[in-house]
Amino acid sequence: MTTAPIDHATVTEPPAPVPAPVLELRGAAVRTGGRTLWSDVDLTVGAGEFTAVLGPNGVGKSTLVKTLLGAVPSAAGTIRVPARTDVGYLPQRRSFDAAVRIRGIDVVRLGLDGHRWGLPIPGVHRARRRAERRRVDEVIESVGATGYAHRPIGRCSGGEQQRLLLAQALVTRPRLLLLDEPLDSLDLPNQSAIAALLGRICREDGVAVVMVAHDVNPILHHLDRVVYLAQGRAVAGPPAEVITSETLTRLYGAPVEVLRTADGRLVVVGVPEDCRSCGPCC
Amino acid sequence: MITALHQPFFQHALLAGTAIALASGLVGYFLVLRAQTFTGDALGHVAFTGAMAALAGGFDLRLGLFAGTVGVALLLGVLGRRGRPDDVVIGTLFSWILGLGTFFLTLYTTHRSTTQGNAGISVLFGSVYGLDGARTTAAVLIALAVSAAVVLIARPMLFATLDDAVAAARGVRTGALGLGFLALVGVCAAEATQAVGSLLLLGLLAAPAGTALRLTDRPYRALGLSAALAVLELWSGLMLSAAVPRLPPSFAIMAVAAACYAGASLVRPRSRSTRTTVARSTVTRIATVTRTTEE
Repeated sequence: MTTAPIDHATVTEPPAPVPAPVLELRGAAVRTGGRTLWSDVDLTVGAGEFTAVLGPNGVGKSTLVKTLLGAVPSAAGTIRVPARTDVGYLPQRRSFDAAVRIRGIDVVRLGLDGHRWGLPIPGVHRARRRAERRRVDEVIESVGATGYAHRPIGRCSGGEQQRLLLAQALVTRPRLLLLDEPLDSLDLPNQSAIAALLGRICREDGVAVVMVAHDVNPILHHLDRVVYLAQGRAVAGPPAEVITSETLTRLYGAPVEVLRTADGRLVVVGVPEDCRSCGPCC
Repeated sequence: MITALHQPFFQHALLAGTAIALASGLVGYFLVLRAQTFTGDALGHVAFTGAMAALAGGFDLRLGLFAGTVGVALLLGVLGRRGRPDDVVIGTLFSWILGLGTFFLTLYTTHRSTTQGNAGISVLFGSVYGLDGARTTAAVLIALAVSAAVVLIARPMLFATLDDAVAAARGVRTGALGLGFLALVGVCAAEATQAVGSLLLLGLLAAPAGTALRLTDRPYRALGLSAALAVLELWSGLMLSAAVPRLPPSFAIMAVAAACYAGASLVRPRSRSTRTTVARSTVTRIATVTRTTEE
């Protein structure tokens, strides 16, 4: 449960009888094309914890998720992640084309049995298939998608599609849920609804959630921890300690200011020119 | 018509055509779902060129047919990223290959065409009535093997088509699957060329699948329906051409396939799916009630 930021801002929490963390990075680094994307990343996530990965565009946030998936090897340090079957993954998303006429429930079902060969043959493995159907219905209900799960997924709205895909990622009851900008391209009410849903899944089902985010504000209230990537380095810790003028100034190596608006939103200003492609980062 | 039905040439056509249509319907479903219909079109032209090259070189026409379609299908998969060739890659290759076909045709007609003068025409437009016993057996066996392979990879293939990244994260080897599928498309295109010709094979690949996708939104049902439609359309086409000898079989098959697709386009998918939803939720509610009383 300890986080070790790169600089002297080491945060220690009182030692509690903690179970083994779901995910652990120690001094992890990734090199792509001879260039070190980021290094010295430490991160520990326990069951039921919600972590956001923040930072400017192109800093390697999605690569961090791919590293956790095992798709990108770490060049240094140690990485401990759950087995593949214990990880739910929601990649950065294009939405389904309106022409895709496959029901949402079938898409969710593929999350459960899509890796198996052949076709589901009627009458074979009847008990297992009944249990699987029940699980699919249950997970669809838990994300609140029952009303449109039988509609072709191409006909569903962006928020509805995102809920169905979340159900697909959760259908195997993963211990770790990895999400890559799941709130992107959603309108504000949907953003906060999905954020609240993720917070609930995290608390109630004890799923460790790691989410790449462009904007921290919709999920701020649900977060336990953030990892802020910039300039090839990272700071991890509770949001109140990481998203501050001091920490970010140290991380960027240039004066950065974090402002809090009247309604509690955080705005980062003064991000160095080469990181500003996306405007304020968090 | 009765006389035609008892002729060996017609029985061969029916047998080979059924197996070929089955394979085409199955392969076509994924081709349409993956938006790779254009690949099928390109392979039709490759089929022509391959067959002409084999004839010009003095080999069995089918050798060139299979080598050409499978080879180019794999090439398209490798050139295009991750087994999903893009339109520019296909478009470029496709015109060049058709040009090559014309070259081989010229070579063949000037040097070798003493026995098979109209081979070019029969490759382009199909010669399902020209299959002898041995060719029929070969066509049936190959088509059945393709069908079995498609059924085997159907579920991971569907997963990879809808959600490549998620499927890969779950351990589905999406790249290998995409290439394997393209090889199957190649074999299927070569087979279909023998039934309906290289210019018309796209109809057998795309039309039944397109029709099925309009009629149902359940993936496995659509896959089966696509295969069934392809077989029925082939049968109807053959019967039609037997009844009206003036209609060439390829034309009759394509006419039926196009008519089915047009008919399915008139069906309103939205009202159907709403009705299913209502029925479904009622069933779920009843199921829930039953479960509660059991407890």
